[in-house]
Amino acid sequence: MKKSWLLLSAAFVMGATAATADEVRVYNWSDYIDEELLTKFEEETGIDLIYDVFDSNEVLETKMLAGGSGYDVVVPSGTFLQRQIVAGAFQPLDLGKLPNHGNMWDVIAERTAAYDPGNAYSINYMWGTTGAGVNVGKVKEVLGDDAPIDSLALIMDPANMEKLAACGVHILDAPAEIIPAALAYLGENPDSHDPDVIAKAEPVLSAIAPYVQKFHSSEYINALANGDICVAVGWSGDVLQARDRAAEADNGVEIAYNAFKEGSLMWFDQMAIPADAPNPEAAHTFLNFIMDEHNMAAASNYVYYANGNEASQAHLEEDVIGDPAIYPTEEALGTLYTTTPYPAKVQRVVTRLWTKIKSGT
Amino acid sequence: MKRFGLISVPYLWLLALFLVPFLIVLKISLSDTALAIPPYTPTLDLSQGWAGFTAWLSGLDMENFTWLTTDDLYWKAYLSSLKIATFSTILALLVGFPIAYGMSRAPDEWRPTLMMLIILPFWTSFLIRVYAWKAILSQEGLLNQLLMSLGIISEPLTILNTNTAVYIGIVYTYLPFMVLPIYSALERLDESLLEAAEDLGCSRLTAFWLVTLPLAKQGIIAGSFLVFIPAMGEFVIPSLLGGSKTLMIGKVLWEEFFSNRDWPVASAVAVVLLLILIVPIVLFQRNEEKQREAGK
Repeated sequence: MKKSWLLLSAAFVMGATAATADEVRVYNWSDYIDEELLTKFEEETGIDLIYDVFDSNEVLETKMLAGGSGYDVVVPSGTFLQRQIVAGAFQPLDLGKLPNHGNMWDVIAERTAAYDPGNAYSINYMWGTTGAGVNVGKVKEVLGDDAPIDSLALIMDPANMEKLAACGVHILDAPAEIIPAALAYLGENPDSHDPDVIAKAEPVLSAIAPYVQKFHSSEYINALANGDICVAVGWSGDVLQARDRAAEADNGVEIAYNAFKEGSLMWFDQMAIPADAPNPEAAHTFLNFIMDEHNMAAASNYVYYANGNEASQAHLEEDVIGDPAIYPTEEALGTLYTTTPYPAKVQRVVTRLWTKIKSGT
Repeated sequence: MKRFGLISVPYLWLLALFLVPFLIVLKISLSDTALAIPPYTPTLDLSQGWAGFTAWLSGLDMENFTWLTTDDLYWKAYLSSLKIATFSTILALLVGFPIAYGMSRAPDEWRPTLMMLIILPFWTSFLIRVYAWKAILSQEGLLNQLLMSLGIISEPLTILNTNTAVYIGIVYTYLPFMVLPIYSALERLDESLLEAAEDLGCSRLTAFWLVTLPLAKQGIIAGSFLVFIPAMGEFVIPSLLGGSKTLMIGKVLWEEFFSNRDWPVASAVAVVLLLILIVPIVLFQRNEEKQREAGK
């Protein structure tokens, strides 16, 4: 969070000193890039980069659907991207301006094509899983040495949660990711759009909600690293960033990330250019810069997320490419599931369910 | 003509800053959600002239308002906001009145400094001040550390992410709006009235009750409205300091707007909120007018 604020203020300073009209405005997730890349982009291209951050797809989507966001590059996740493409929020990419496009990884491109047919509107920036980050020492203290840290039972079984509540649990404030997890725990299809099936997630989540300290999508990084909480259901790279911050602080906190063995959500964050982008030319330059194998590798080495760039893999550090929490093994890939966007009516059911789970009303 | 011009300025102000935005929101609340930019339908197409206007008009309906009655979430959120706003106002009054009273009784040369102390926090961004409360109230926060080092408590108190934190945040943020009107009422208070009351046999307490309080009434009413009205629709404070159980209409509105992408229902929620607030606003206006007349 601190880093996001720094970035944001840096963005304001950059914005204030922008002398020329040649600038590109990028709206990306918080804690999601190596800041040195931003300076490098400006030095290499002479284009002023204005870099803002968000921490929820909903906020981005509202800006996209309102139109006139003023951004040249935005980074929605797959399901959100798909819906926004239908709404006409993006312009098709001009591959002629993206010579580095050949670096992309077909394994990921095949999966993202489910959201963006033919990958006509977007490139994959990073992908990851939604799983559990745990403070190993504290969780074992509470649940014993055989604590199910790689199972959905850790967070979906009220008996475990009751004990964990004392040391603190955060869960992503993202219904489209947590409701599928509850369905996976029940053995239902996580991508179900049937309101009756979705409703089955409610008693499971309502039973554990009293033990959740907070539903939030970015605070858990610091909270895990500082030892304020012992479990967070969060995004793979964010948890690994927390692990590294704790190691740097040398505060005795040991963090581990695990995807759930019953199945975890695999998601894709895609870079796309809004239909009304003020400077699509510079937006293409930015995308091409990101797709450079060295730059993409630098980004992944920094944020601990896997990327969709095959050429970059030669430049990844061993603790990134060799870590199955980031690049899952072939076998683990098989247990991951993806989801598709909810239609408006089902979305309403999901949001209402989520409010009920969180507030009890 | 000149006079008309003078009068019309505030009305133009009201038109531009209140009526026009309200009509836009009202218009959206009567439309239906759609997957498009902007995400609702019908949109007004003026290029088709009158036909476009009538087509647009016929696409509007009250459906979203009837929807609000089908789910008790909205009703509960309005009531919960009402409760939080009312209690916050009472708390702000209990804290603010003694401050204003003390200020008005302070020696003349102190007053500018005291006034400065009330206004000074406004020079810092509202958001940063609310964030600061997170650092104070959290489990490992300043307050818990202080209380634990003093040996008052042995386990940290859970204040952050509860309604208590929301009350603290609202009272803190809006306290100056309570203090300043009461101070300005008390400052004008003629000391000789109190002396007269005491000469006539009142104790200091009864004099306060019979003289000071009634004369401060206008300030108390003005201050209470200035706290109550923004607290009712508050979103930032509950979302930063409150927990997931803090139900407020501002948060429900956010969910409708962002999670459901349902601008029409979000607008309907906002229109109803405004109607609820119009009652105190009208009362407030009446009170102001009365005050102005009394001042003449």
